[in-house]
Amino acid sequence: MRDFWNRYKRNRSAVFGLVVILLVILMAATADWLYAFDPFRLAGKPLSSPGTNGFLLGSDSLGRDVAAGIVHGAKTSLLIGLVATLVAVFIGILFGALAGYYGGQIDNILMRVTEIFQTIPSFIFAILLVAILKPSIYSVVIAISVVSWPGVARLVRGEFLSLKNREFVQACHTLGMSDLRIMLREILPNCLSPIIVIGSLMIATAILIESGLSFLGLGDPNIMSWGFQIGAGRTMLRSAWWVCTFPGVAILITVLAINLVGEGLNDALNPRLRERN
Amino acid sequence: MKQKLLDIADLYIELPKGADRQYAIQKVNLELKQGETLCVVGESGSGKSLTARAIMGLLPQPHVRVSNGEIIFNNEDITKVSYERLRDLRGSEISMIFQEPMTALNPVMSIGAQIDEIFRYHVDMSKAERQKRAIELLDDVNLPNPEQIMRAYPHELSGGQRQRAMIAMALALKPQILIADEPTTALDVTTQAQILKLMKDMQKAYNTGVLFITHDFGVVADIADRVMVMQHGIVVESGPVKQVLNNPKHPYTKALISAVPSLSPRKAKTISKEKVLEVQNVCKTFGGGRGLFGFGRPSRQVEALKNVTLDLYNGETLGVVGESGSGKSTLARCIIRLMDTDSGAITIEGTQINTLKRKAMRAWRNKIQMVFQDPFASLNPRIKVGDIIAQGPITQGIPREEAIKRARELISIVGLDDKSFDRYPHEFSGGQRQRIGIARSLALKPEILIADEPVSALDVSIQSQILDLLDDIREQMKLSMIFITHDLRVAAQVCDRMAVMQYGEVVEIGKTKDIFAKPQHPYTIDLLSAVPGKDWKTNPTRKKTTSKAKSKS
Repeated sequence: MRDFWNRYKRNRSAVFGLVVILLVILMAATADWLYAFDPFRLAGKPLSSPGTNGFLLGSDSLGRDVAAGIVHGAKTSLLIGLVATLVAVFIGILFGALAGYYGGQIDNILMRVTEIFQTIPSFIFAILLVAILKPSIYSVVIAISVVSWPGVARLVRGEFLSLKNREFVQACHTLGMSDLRIMLREILPNCLSPIIVIGSLMIATAILIESGLSFLGLGDPNIMSWGFQIGAGRTMLRSAWWVCTFPGVAILITVLAINLVGEGLNDALNPRLRERN
Repeated sequence: MKQKLLDIADLYIELPKGADRQYAIQKVNLELKQGETLCVVGESGSGKSLTARAIMGLLPQPHVRVSNGEIIFNNEDITKVSYERLRDLRGSEISMIFQEPMTALNPVMSIGAQIDEIFRYHVDMSKAERQKRAIELLDDVNLPNPEQIMRAYPHELSGGQRQRAMIAMALALKPQILIADEPTTALDVTTQAQILKLMKDMQKAYNTGVLFITHDFGVVADIADRVMVMQHGIVVESGPVKQVLNNPKHPYTKALISAVPSLSPRKAKTISKEKVLEVQNVCKTFGGGRGLFGFGRPSRQVEALKNVTLDLYNGETLGVVGESGSGKSTLARCIIRLMDTDSGAITIEGTQINTLKRKAMRAWRNKIQMVFQDPFASLNPRIKVGDIIAQGPITQGIPREEAIKRARELISIVGLDDKSFDRYPHEFSGGQRQRIGIARSLALKPEILIADEPVSALDVSIQSQILDLLDDIREQMKLSMIFITHDLRVAAQVCDRMAVMQYGEVVEIGKTKDIFAKPQHPYTIDLLSAVPGKDWKTNPTRKKTTSKAKSKS
């Protein structure tokens, strides 16, 4: 573990990313304490510029506090990003492992199914799903998972394909081990590193998709999110720039930080790859 | 008087901080004259390859660099010349052949284009001239149909053909020095013999000085004029080939040479009449599959096993010998049910096991076990050694405590430290890992052990330790063994009987002694005559190391 941290901290920007993410998490965790009120509450004079009327980052056209929205929205973004990614990784591992391990017709069928999902433009597919399921936090999570698992499935399949012919897996067959045990205990732990890396990068994408959906008004109407804020302020971009800008910067910084961490994990978990460069 | 081509004096190569030693090579002195072959011998990690790379200026700088000494080539110190000059020298004055011809050739360029490159960069010739010269070269290295080979891509050639093409490229500009880094290690013995002969002929024709790096004393005996033995980056002994091979001075050289298995077969045990395993008319074909809906042409079919029939008697070691692609590994995998057979019967104790369902087969797993070739791929890097060994019995339903107790016993039987139990595989060397693999296969107390090239990935001194260990265990546990190998020296020392395979067929089977004395099939005769260093007699009375004593390396 210490070894892992030593390798991780060699990448300075990854450490920076980690610090930013920790700050965002801290912000989300203390949201109810920092702004102990409903972010949808009309808090004061509409369209106050930052620093006036007691608004740190200004207020929107209905007088809602932008700063409160950002702090509460952080919770939504992180939660949706994390849950949607976990679901997607789970489906991806399931498909990829079965396809890679058994090969043949099973592989053929599972991979053709995966391709169907891959050929549909993911954002449009997500919009379609949310529209069908009615906007709510659950349908957003489902939509994001459904459009993002195929990448994991492909990756896991590749890893399983190469690992299943390794001699240590064959040795397990000669010991009479069951397929399930071989997949879970022998092969899966050996492909965790790339899964962790791709998973961390998927969280960033999930946050972006969620923001996009809320921007279009397809988010959960009862939950504050960054995308919703941008959507609410887009008509006044020239007269009240702060309404869109601050949530936008929040998305930018968070996604960037997650990507930096993902890259840092990649370096730390696959040290050989890095030495080759 | 032959001209001195290369003179290396007091060469030190420094490794980056944190490496297991400060210098990769220390105080290396060597000389190479025209028309001479100098063999550099050593085990992995001895620094022999880095020495060669330093001469070519191919060290992985800046981490690894020459820190002291000089490499004089025709009054020029290669360690100090400019990069441009170095590039001039490479390929034209000094050239190199690598171990793995598939990776040394560019897969997306035709052979002709790759030879052409050498001429384009080093000499001024018209396109037609270059073409003509390239064809001559390919003809010189005895490649059939040079025009066709010119247009071929590396993957279309066999391993031996690729290495011939590499030699043609290396000799294109008649270099004064040819450095060959294990050029035949990846090749089959019969191909190896041809390539060695070709190199010898070419050397005579061009009067080249050859620096030949190898770990194989048989090869040394065949081609070297002088030998230099390296250990941990230090030259421990050097001298004319006869002197070093027949009368080694340094203890390390002595140990290395005595570890080379002798070609004269050992005494066979009296073989019992009881059959423990019967293989009858087993066939296996690869390929022939189609796409998802059965469209498209079926893929190319390869007959890996054709009517293979052999028996294993109680307590004997049966060698299965052949070159790559002969089907010997396929046979092993069919017997242990890693692959399904197409037809034929494999029988243990009157039960035909090759048609059993997977569930039913599980009960037979503890009768028959396997030791794998690659000690680095055969152990799961994420599981502790103790668990790797205990896994088998636990899977077979033996209580956990008992399985762990057995694992501890086995660790000491195969000569490992008791602390190994809680360590991960990457903390062990190749030889130690192979011991772990053997312990795993023994954990189920099998009656039949299949060893698939168990020593071919190991250095020669460790190889002999593992062979001794297998021998001890075979006696102790009363095992019958199928020993798959491509190395006839190893086969001579291990096997009571031998089956020779070619293109999926057993072409000859019989007592090891009889086969070595009087091979019947033309292929067996070819194989035996291709063994490198067959005229050089190694000391047959080698001392057996007790397997428990040494497991350090």
